[in-house]
Amino acid sequence: MDDIDKLRGDLTQAIAAADTLDALDGVRVSALGKKGAITQAMKGLGAMDPEDRREAGQTINALKSEISDAIEARKADLSTAELDARLMAEKVDVSLPARPETEGSIHPISQVIDEMTAIFCEMGFTVAEGPDIEEDWYNFTALNIPPEHPARQEHDTFYLPGETDGHRKLLRTHTSPVQIHTMQDTKPPIRIIVPGRTYRCDYDATHSPMFHQIEGLVVDETINMGHLKGCLIDFCRTMFDMDDLPVRFRPSYFPFTEPSAEVDIGCTKKDGELRIGAGDDWLEILGSGMVNPRVLENCGIDSTKYQGFAFGMGVERIAMLKYGIPDLRTFFESDLRWLRHYGFKSLEVPGMVGGLSR
Amino acid sequence: MKITLGWLKEHLDTDATLDALCERMTMLGLEIEEVIERSKGLEGFVVASVLGAEKHPDADKLQVCTVDTGSETVEVVCGAPNARAGMKGVFAASGSSIPGTGIKLKKAKIRGVESNGMLLSEREMGLSDEHDGIIELSDDAPLGAPAVEVLGLDDPVIDIAITPNRGDCLGVRGIARDLAASGIGTLKPLDATPVKGSFESPIKVHLDFDADHIDACTAFVGRTIRGVNNVESPKWLADKLLAIGLRPISALVDITNLMTIEHCRPLHVFDADKVNGDIRARMAKDGEKLLALDGKEYELDSEMTVIADDTVAEAMAGVMGGEASGCTEDTVNVFVESALFDPIRTAATGRKLNLQSDARFRFERGIDSAFLEPGMEIATRLILDICGGEASDIVVAESPSPDSQTVDFRPARVKELAGVEVELAEMKRILDVLGFTQDGTDTQMTVSVPTWRNDIVGEACLVEEVVRVHGYDKLPMTPMPRLSDLPEPALSPEQRRRSDVRRALAGRGLTEAVTLSFLPSDQAVLFGGGADELKLVNPISSDLDSMRPSALPNLIAAAGRNADKGMDSSPLFEIGPQFSDDTPAGQMMAACGIRSGKSGRRNWSMPPRPVDVFDAKADALAALSAAGVPVEKLQVVAESAPWYHPGRSGCLQLGPKNLLARFGEVHPGVLAKMDVDGPVAAFEVYLDNLPKPKAKKGSTRKLVELPAFHPVGRDFAFVVDEAISASAVIAAAMSADKTLIRDVNVFDVFAGGNLGDGKKSLAVSVTLQPTDQTLTDAEIEAVSSNIVAAVEKATGGTLRS
Repeated sequence: MDDIDKLRGDLTQAIAAADTLDALDGVRVSALGKKGAITQAMKGLGAMDPEDRREAGQTINALKSEISDAIEARKADLSTAELDARLMAEKVDVSLPARPETEGSIHPISQVIDEMTAIFCEMGFTVAEGPDIEEDWYNFTALNIPPEHPARQEHDTFYLPGETDGHRKLLRTHTSPVQIHTMQDTKPPIRIIVPGRTYRCDYDATHSPMFHQIEGLVVDETINMGHLKGCLIDFCRTMFDMDDLPVRFRPSYFPFTEPSAEVDIGCTKKDGELRIGAGDDWLEILGSGMVNPRVLENCGIDSTKYQGFAFGMGVERIAMLKYGIPDLRTFFESDLRWLRHYGFKSLEVPGMVGGLSR
Repeated sequence: MKITLGWLKEHLDTDATLDALCERMTMLGLEIEEVIERSKGLEGFVVASVLGAEKHPDADKLQVCTVDTGSETVEVVCGAPNARAGMKGVFAASGSSIPGTGIKLKKAKIRGVESNGMLLSEREMGLSDEHDGIIELSDDAPLGAPAVEVLGLDDPVIDIAITPNRGDCLGVRGIARDLAASGIGTLKPLDATPVKGSFESPIKVHLDFDADHIDACTAFVGRTIRGVNNVESPKWLADKLLAIGLRPISALVDITNLMTIEHCRPLHVFDADKVNGDIRARMAKDGEKLLALDGKEYELDSEMTVIADDTVAEAMAGVMGGEASGCTEDTVNVFVESALFDPIRTAATGRKLNLQSDARFRFERGIDSAFLEPGMEIATRLILDICGGEASDIVVAESPSPDSQTVDFRPARVKELAGVEVELAEMKRILDVLGFTQDGTDTQMTVSVPTWRNDIVGEACLVEEVVRVHGYDKLPMTPMPRLSDLPEPALSPEQRRRSDVRRALAGRGLTEAVTLSFLPSDQAVLFGGGADELKLVNPISSDLDSMRPSALPNLIAAAGRNADKGMDSSPLFEIGPQFSDDTPAGQMMAACGIRSGKSGRRNWSMPPRPVDVFDAKADALAALSAAGVPVEKLQVVAESAPWYHPGRSGCLQLGPKNLLARFGEVHPGVLAKMDVDGPVAAFEVYLDNLPKPKAKKGSTRKLVELPAFHPVGRDFAFVVDEAISASAVIAAAMSADKTLIRDVNVFDVFAGGNLGDGKKSLAVSVTLQPTDQTLTDAEIEAVSSNIVAAVEKATGGTLRS
């Protein structure tokens, strides 16, 4: 029995001393391998008498299981230590920059049109479109702007050389020709918005030869100016996300509407800075009015039965006001720094569920 | 249109403040551009008298003036050469701020002499650039009075934007009438009683027109006034004109300007002694020349109306008078013209001659056809008052027809169209004050339109008049009635698709740009455009003269500009129109994009590479996929357009004719012509060519298949001729077993080495997907040999051993 105790002592010491998995495996072989000390001791049992064999057998088996457990425990410790050491060796500088990815962006004009569309969609409008190259009949005459009308001169029109049936080709000066196409092709009720490119030959600090408008047209039997007011006040307050935004309707003149109104929103102008909201000043943002009966008749709509309203506004202007963009011309310069600064993330889709804008 | 508050109040009896009047004008549709209170900052300056002026003891150019300010006598050191004893000037006391210099005045010693204040020049007062001397006030200016009063600066100037329909408000009185209708005051009566003539006008007037031009001038009234003294205008008149930015010239001329601004009644005054015979309105002769009052000579044509004497044209009707018969300070006898010219012809003449004037501006908007004679009488009285002389009887060539226009008006339309209830009595009051007389019943009226309101043509116009004066602020705010319980989608399927493509491309790292629809012709030509029918007749500049055949040149130019600013990579896209002819069908919506320079930033992990055709292809495919196109069915065709690298570009088609997209590296020659450094990889997706979104047949999807067995992968490398396309190898491999083979992917392309000239190796990995049981080795072997056979047969290649 002293031998067994000594063996236990030696092995336990050897296990503790093994500082690598390989060394530990050497101890395991020396104890439990084919020629290992414990294996040898087991083999020695056969030569004993049955009485001694039972007693010695129990002792050796106990030792075997004790040593096995000790080896396993030591093995677990050594594995953990070895993994820890490897991981420490794999350490990197996490302050290195992530692999570069380029983020794209949505142009403010697209974003603002999407925002406007989301609002007007709630009010039952659908989006209509028309060509950029128009005929003067659609752009002017049908809209009650006859050739010699002073308003026609104010539009600074770009002309193209062609004509169709005596109607000159031009770049539309507003999105209003789409009203005419729609009224010619659609029976009332009509409820459309028309975003699109428009052109005027004017280029200075506040004018670009191309800009965007969004137009609205409602034609029905009983639509009146109260609806116009309701529709546009709802629009302005939602667009600028201000429930108490003051909105003012002021008489004005457009050949294609009668009565006509310009729409102002409240603001404060102080030290060259403009702030939208209740204040002591007004800012014009929209033109509107009841569709002139002559325009309805020009499109073949019975003006004794149908009436409606129309409105139009500059998309860039709204974008500039809402997002504080200072210069109109920069919208079209495609300067990457500008586009990334004023642009929107692709997943920022405006809607009435998640909100118009962040 | 500029007026002054005082001028307005000569016609409007009101106690309202400037602010209230401006607010009301705005709410009447007379939009206030600006209110200029010229006396701001000048209130403290007073009229002072220079009692004595002695030379400064210690400076050659300075004087020491003894100045009586009305409240004290002080010494002022002054450098103005015109400062002298006995004059009156404008005095600024120590402590006041000088607007022209921004300096706050302090009591100071100037070369040893104490100066207590300052005598001001116009520049120092901020009135003009005049600084040759100090302001000299008239001798009767009351000592100590506010200088702004004496200078006529205490009357605020109101600048109003008059809409083109309101010609009647291009006169102070018209504005007063609108304000009166709104109830903020009452319109004062106007004295236009005829001046009794004391002789017959030696100059007669005639209208000489053929039947085609009879409308050119429909009424003409004249009068001779003899023995006038064309003096400098009195101060009240000069001040009025100066306030609104007109330069006083002489009393006769200034009176016509006054009539234009005050009564919207442009007149012309001829020096009667320079007129040869009678005055007649006629059409000009082609090539007839006239030296106008602006000192320029104009060549006229036979569609322009002139006022002529018996020999030559003396004035361009309704636009500008002529130099030869103009009034000067020597004028003694004057002939006054008050006429009615055709608005359209006047506008056309002015446009053709590129000549704007206050008269033209009013005639082309239409002036009061009943105010020729009243205007003449008011002007006559002014001339007699200021210049003396005696007036002839008036001579009349033609009077306008007295029939006034009538409009049917149902008061109920106010509520129906404007949505607001206005009491009948209030409607009638508004119409009355505006000059509209009414006949008929309370439900159906016939309204006579006053002669000064040629903009009123229908019932809706009258509704506007009533509502405008009643106040737009009283209109109700009515929510839009619902067309259906829940709104329909606002976007059509095509519009939705465009929006999806936009956000997909931005999600791929491309930045959206919006560029102009026109570009330089030479760039248009490079991209297949430049047709004459798409060239602007009147471009903003010669380099923006052609409608774009594609957005690509604009994006490439932008990349060039960005590179010039140090950004050598420009991942840009645009969704917008492009034009192949001038018809609606020639306009197409396209998504175009570019990547330039390197694939990304230089970084520690992975070196960037130059962008290439496959970047563009991936973008094009992503756009098409976002648009819902079945990209697996697309054919890739190695055909190109001239603006692409011929060997590194291609088309994506659905069917042999339907071109959906182009992609590739931009031709280096094109880049060189645009002076942009390459490489640039570009794509164009023609959104209008995409198959129409299908009408919805329910939203149910095909059931998903989730095989229970592991897919098996096998790799093959084939040696094929270089001309064999990868897609041919893929298609052949796919065809070997249509049920088992789910995917074929090229994972290596290699040429050269021991393959031999004209050969390349294409390595593909094939994915087999068993459906009902695990594949045996024999089955896999069988499929593999089918794949090899199929590829070898289709491509003439061999399995690389």
